Amino acid sequence: MVSKNMTDFNSEKVIEIKSLDKAFGTYKVLEDATLDLYKGENLVVLGKSGTGKSVLIKIIVGLLLPDAGLVNVLGQKVDTLSYQELLDLRLRVGFSFQNSALYDSMTVRDNLEFPLVRNRKDLKKAEVNSLIEEMLDAVGLSQTINQMPSELSGGQRKRIGIARTLILKPEIMLYDEPTAGLDPITSKEINKLINDVQERYHTSAIVITHDLTCAKEVGNRVAMLMERRFERQGSFEEIFNSGDKLAQPFFDYNFIQ
Amino acid sequence: MGIEKETPADTPKPVSKFGNLFITLYNVFKFIGRFFREAFLPPYEFKELMRQCYEIGYRSALLISTTGFITGLVFTKQSRPSLSEFGATSWLPSLVGIALLRTLAPLLTGLIAAGKVGSSIGAELGSMKVSEQIDAMEVSATNPFKFLVVTRVLAATITMPILTFYTAMVGMLGALLNVSVNEGTSATTFFQSALENITYLDIIASTTKAIIFGFTIAIVGCYQGYHSSKGTEGVGKAANSAVVTAMFLIFVEEVVCVQIFSLFNT
Repeated sequence: MVSKNMTDFNSEKVIEIKSLDKAFGTYKVLEDATLDLYKGENLVVLGKSGTGKSVLIKIIVGLLLPDAGLVNVLGQKVDTLSYQELLDLRLRVGFSFQNSALYDSMTVRDNLEFPLVRNRKDLKKAEVNSLIEEMLDAVGLSQTINQMPSELSGGQRKRIGIARTLILKPEIMLYDEPTAGLDPITSKEINKLINDVQERYHTSAIVITHDLTCAKEVGNRVAMLMERRFERQGSFEEIFNSGDKLAQPFFDYNFIQ
Repeated sequence: MGIEKETPADTPKPVSKFGNLFITLYNVFKFIGRFFREAFLPPYEFKELMRQCYEIGYRSALLISTTGFITGLVFTKQSRPSLSEFGATSWLPSLVGIALLRTLAPLLTGLIAAGKVGSSIGAELGSMKVSEQIDAMEVSATNPFKFLVVTRVLAATITMPILTFYTAMVGMLGALLNVSVNEGTSATTFFQSALENITYLDIIASTTKAIIFGFTIAIVGCYQGYHSSKGTEGVGKAANSAVVTAMFLIFVEEVVCVQIFSLFNT
């Protein structure tokens, strides 16, 4: 797939974050963080470990509450929603966990069926099966349908986690460190999958990572989270070539690795 | 109900131990309140409820059979010398029947279930919390509380009375073995004698205690698992706390129930 340029996307915001603050006790993680996600784009959030990248997407899906600021997702202010409204919103926002978070007492089929049968009661058994097969095919793992998560490799678990998220056909995908702990070849496959998902299902996505290869391959736009806020935003090349003294050590370190 | 503040990492501000106790009590009551709210509202997880009944009930049966049988056997053996001093060994079946049904069966079943079921629920939910499986249910628009907590608590509450009467029955078989070997009493005579002094109140008291114990074991296990801290140590602590707290509460509840039901006996 030819990577889209950031100018290809319209100005419709699907996620709007303004002046977001979040602290755990006295430890401030995010302070005055502002970020927008536009419809159809893959936005990469780059930053060192422990800078609050995962906290950010957990706030977006309402797993954590912001201390202050605006978090608007698909036109809804997340922290003011009732629990049922929040569950309804989560149908439209997929979340792929860093460690996949597959239900380890269920087979791959049951993992994919779990959210589907509880949220799409209109579907017949044959339609459920067909959707499961479609999603497994989309991530290239049809043969694992009856396997347990413990029988899968790290890369396969990531793919199944993405398939389970995709099965509800979300409008927004949130990827938490999709390539963490994977070898370069499997990482490349996951990067391709993220681009395929964007193209095939027309999703908008936030990809949390500290992997520069991933950022370069999947990101239409990159936002750098440094010192609790988004200091730099732009295309990968713009940030990479900016020579910014805050961003540069991160790039140098990654390439040395 | 807005966003659940019980979800991860809303780190509590430092408070005194006394303050912490009140925060914990508040969270426990909130958790129990949520259980009652969620239990009666659709959608219902019948399939998972049945699976949990099987897990909690059927899988505990072997351990309960063994301990129940031995308890009945040993209790009869230990009681014989005292009764034989008064030439009252014929009262053994009656004594064993009342002791088993009123106290031994509910208490024994409760303690065994606290160890087996409570630890298992605490460890399973703790491990799911640590590996973000509970969060994964949340973000896939499914209510994990309904699927994980409501089903387990209901299953334990339903199966405990069944297990309790099963323990009493197996315990009586142990007693029967002892009595028939020593006194040559037939099974018919034994059961007639054992059951003739048991009243409806005994059965109601025993059932009530079993329901309370079942609810306690599962709600404590679920609470500890659901609120376990990150890491494998947190899972271990959740399982351990689930057992210790449930056992302590079972003894407290036993005392309270005995006091309440003794009012009806007079």
